[in-house]
Amino acid sequence: MHPFVLERPRDLSAALSFGAQPGRNDAPVEYIAGGTDMVQLLQEYVRRPDRLVSLAGVLDDGIEIGPQGLRFGAAATMAEVAAHQGVVEQFPLISQALLNSASPQVRNQATMGGNLLQRTRCPYFRDVGYEACNKRAPGSGCAALEGENRWHAVLGTSDDCIAVHPSDLAVALVALDASVELRGTGGDRSVPLSELHRLPRDTPHLETVLAPGEVITAITVPANAAGLRSHYLKLRDRASFEFAVVSAAVAIETAGARIRQARVALGGVGTKPWRLPNVEQALADRSLEPGELRSAAALAAEGAQGRGHNDFKIELMQRAIVRAVEIAGAHA
Amino acid sequence: MTAALIGKSVSRVDGRLKVTGAATYAAEFEVPNLAHAAVVRSIVANGRIASIDTAEAERAPGVIAVVTHRNAPRLAYQPHKGLPDAAVGERLHVLQDDRVNHQGQPIALVLAETLEQAVYAAEVVRVTYRNEAAATDVAGVDPVLPTGKPAEWEIRRGEPDSAFEQAEFRVDQTYVIPRENHNPIEMFATIAAWEGDSLTLWDKTQWVHNVAEEIAAVFGIAAENVRVISPFVGGAFGSGLRCWPHVTLAALGARVAGRPVKLVLSRREMYYGVGYRPHTVQRVALGASRDGQLQAIRHEGHQETSTYEEFTEALLSATRFLHACPNVHTRHRIAPMNVHTPTYMRAPGEASGMYALESAMDELAVALDMDPVELRLRNEPDKDEFKDLPFSSRSTRECYRAAAERFGWAQRTAAPRSMRDGRSLIGWGMASATYPMNYAPASAMARLLPDGTAEVMSAASDMGPGTWTSMTQVAADTLGLPIERVKFTLGDTNLPRAPIHGGSMTMASVGSAVQAACRKARDEALGGAGANDLEEAMKLLGQAIEATADVAPGDETKRFSMHAFGAVFVEVAVDPDLGETRVRRIVGAYGAGRVVNPKIARSQCIGGMIGGIGMALMEHSAVDPRNGRVTNANLAEYAVPVHADAPPVMDVIFVDEHDPHVNPLGVKGLGEIALVGVAPAIANAIFHATGKRVRELPITPDKLL
Repeated sequence: MHPFVLERPRDLSAALSFGAQPGRNDAPVEYIAGGTDMVQLLQEYVRRPDRLVSLAGVLDDGIEIGPQGLRFGAAATMAEVAAHQGVVEQFPLISQALLNSASPQVRNQATMGGNLLQRTRCPYFRDVGYEACNKRAPGSGCAALEGENRWHAVLGTSDDCIAVHPSDLAVALVALDASVELRGTGGDRSVPLSELHRLPRDTPHLETVLAPGEVITAITVPANAAGLRSHYLKLRDRASFEFAVVSAAVAIETAGARIRQARVALGGVGTKPWRLPNVEQALADRSLEPGELRSAAALAAEGAQGRGHNDFKIELMQRAIVRAVEIAGAHA
Repeated sequence: MTAALIGKSVSRVDGRLKVTGAATYAAEFEVPNLAHAAVVRSIVANGRIASIDTAEAERAPGVIAVVTHRNAPRLAYQPHKGLPDAAVGERLHVLQDDRVNHQGQPIALVLAETLEQAVYAAEVVRVTYRNEAAATDVAGVDPVLPTGKPAEWEIRRGEPDSAFEQAEFRVDQTYVIPRENHNPIEMFATIAAWEGDSLTLWDKTQWVHNVAEEIAAVFGIAAENVRVISPFVGGAFGSGLRCWPHVTLAALGARVAGRPVKLVLSRREMYYGVGYRPHTVQRVALGASRDGQLQAIRHEGHQETSTYEEFTEALLSATRFLHACPNVHTRHRIAPMNVHTPTYMRAPGEASGMYALESAMDELAVALDMDPVELRLRNEPDKDEFKDLPFSSRSTRECYRAAAERFGWAQRTAAPRSMRDGRSLIGWGMASATYPMNYAPASAMARLLPDGTAEVMSAASDMGPGTWTSMTQVAADTLGLPIERVKFTLGDTNLPRAPIHGGSMTMASVGSAVQAACRKARDEALGGAGANDLEEAMKLLGQAIEATADVAPGDETKRFSMHAFGAVFVEVAVDPDLGETRVRRIVGAYGAGRVVNPKIARSQCIGGMIGGIGMALMEHSAVDPRNGRVTNANLAEYAVPVHADAPPVMDVIFVDEHDPHVNPLGVKGLGEIALVGVAPAIANAIFHATGKRVRELPITPDKLL
């Protein structure tokens, strides 16, 4: 890997002063938390920062559930959140998404903040043997458009990038209206998770709205998401330890056999965690009858664009929504 | 006299070492004054190196040397063909000229004080290329017959074309298997240390003697001057049969650096630095009468290979004798491409060829509306019709019967989509399996000590099947000693020569040699002491007794066709909406001769079953046809089965089989046949579940939507 200086700041304000910037390959300073993704990127020369700012010990790792909802510190590990009693009982969608991610070893190490900021699995981004990757080297082109793109996105794509955002957690959180709390040298702010990641458009190298130095300190989930019937459905080529081919996070409130309200988000298909308000509106006040679910889920395909190998995802994601709603609805 | 040990389920004698981390693998040997190597690899598939700028790398901290084609010592590269090398063509020569033949070809070697320094400096070597048009799209290459006797590659008996045309029932389909990489957990690693013109290599290999001979030829030194040490192998599946270029690079680096050098491949490099199971395209045409008698088989296949070597595998061999048929045509071709040379991967040839043949048999059974087991029984031959020889033993009928009974096959309803469990479509499928019995010359030495213990040794290998254990058993059994009194040693060229640890021949060959050496030593000790008990004899003699034995096959291959046979039955559950397939049960029955250690043999078969799940449902190297790079060269995107993919029921049956002809131990080998038949049985089960015939592996959810 490229040599770098590892900074180990005493506290968060010291960490912020280095101006680290996640999610940009041209950033000379970047944060490292659990490191499960960063170390791979460093080893493969995808990231070559001059300086890494360790967040170990300077970020909150607490998990609290109160009247306002759920709040967990960005340093909480995937394993801790997945196993937290309150999360399991009141926000099972989050626990399920986490337990369907990675492996126990990775979940013991990886943090919440890092999970949201993990980089795409696009093989062209991760193999520096390819020169063309607009995310890695702006303006160099996109090798995935005409390449091996079975893994790639069909929603939110552009002619410059079709890379998938790989997180399961983010899909569940975006369905539950989560927000991220950010702290920068200029102060604190809260951003809806749905607005944390940018669409690639013609600037796929800019992945988030984080300002230089800004760090995710906590993630909050409003209380109104608690108690919904939910299901996280993850489809993939093998049974475990694989990124999603397609995943669906759904949370519904039912009245008798009808859906009153629904939240639906998809993973494995979007350039960012993909919430589907049009599908949600269509599902509201429908029955759980498969035909009705199917016609609502069909709206997910609006604007979807396949690139060859990934065309099947457009059909599969609709079926995933139907199945996830069915399973959630059956949890009476 | 102790109880017989052959046939007993002894636990692995090296198991404790392995699970406690005490087993030393190639990269873990502590060699003083070690330097570390990193390889710069090409990012084009065909062309020449236009420029290579090593100035920055040479200035980087800790760098000892940067070796390229411009400054590398000229290597002898004397002719050498080991058994695992391609019969036609010449192996890749590293750092000898500016030619680039494939993606990921080594083009520079960086030597540094630490691994980190070597890897960093490798990254700042600047290379430009003169690109040439590259053949990297397997679909765009016209296959040709391999060099050599056309009669070896195109084989006919009877009148297959007219017989097929006249057959009442016909199947004619094309089956595709993508490239697969072995992906053992242990990366390839070599430590090389010169002392004058003598070289010691600590290496991950399935054949220490071949490494010594290949490296001796490459460097133009005597093979006796190369010692290769390889006691433990962390999985290989055939990837360690050949001596790959990184071994030469390590030795070259050690020569340049003037000190020992360690080279460990990264996971990504494993997709470019060692071979792989080649992409194959096979067309199978079967013709049969209404009663299911096969009247014609035409099986054509081609596979990718490199431009510099013609690798071929036994893709079509089983087709020529597995089922009875008077009219058979097989034609094997190759598609030379700008890729690196493929190699043997578990059940090479048979696993791929039998996927096509046994899928086609299933399609024929459907066309005939006949049970697929019944179809095979009706075509059970009474001899090898290709070689016109009797089988030394053949237990296919017993395998079908035993596996079908254990599986509960009689409960199957024939119609596709007719079996369900809740929402899931249930499918039951089966396939035959076969793999040749291989027995090669082998030597072993037994040393009996006065304290009543024994040391037994052979330069064999143990990539996982349990050689350490099974040889200890054979030795202890033959000597009549308790197993804990026998110490077996392998993996060192200083030991008596063993054959390649592949082709399922280790038990037959090395086992027979161990048995012979132990018999000889025992007879000598008992005779010398005039005693009936070995421990007593050794006490009386008061000195060590050594005996070496060599075994070799006789003329049995001229008299018999010798193969292991088996049958694999599978239950799958397919989600009809989401396309996900999970294997629920596998029952395999094998007629493989004598089973030395049922516990380890069962493990080997389970490993084959899980490997077959990978082959059927997920494994494929996603080669970018535009430039030949492997886009999923890592364990996240190259999916191999994980625990959750292993079905709760994996039932292994060894049918009773005594074969006096194959070799002194009467074993046929299990490592390869354990994989054969699994993928077609799964594919056939998926058809039964869904009514959808997928003829291109792997059968991922998108293919079942």
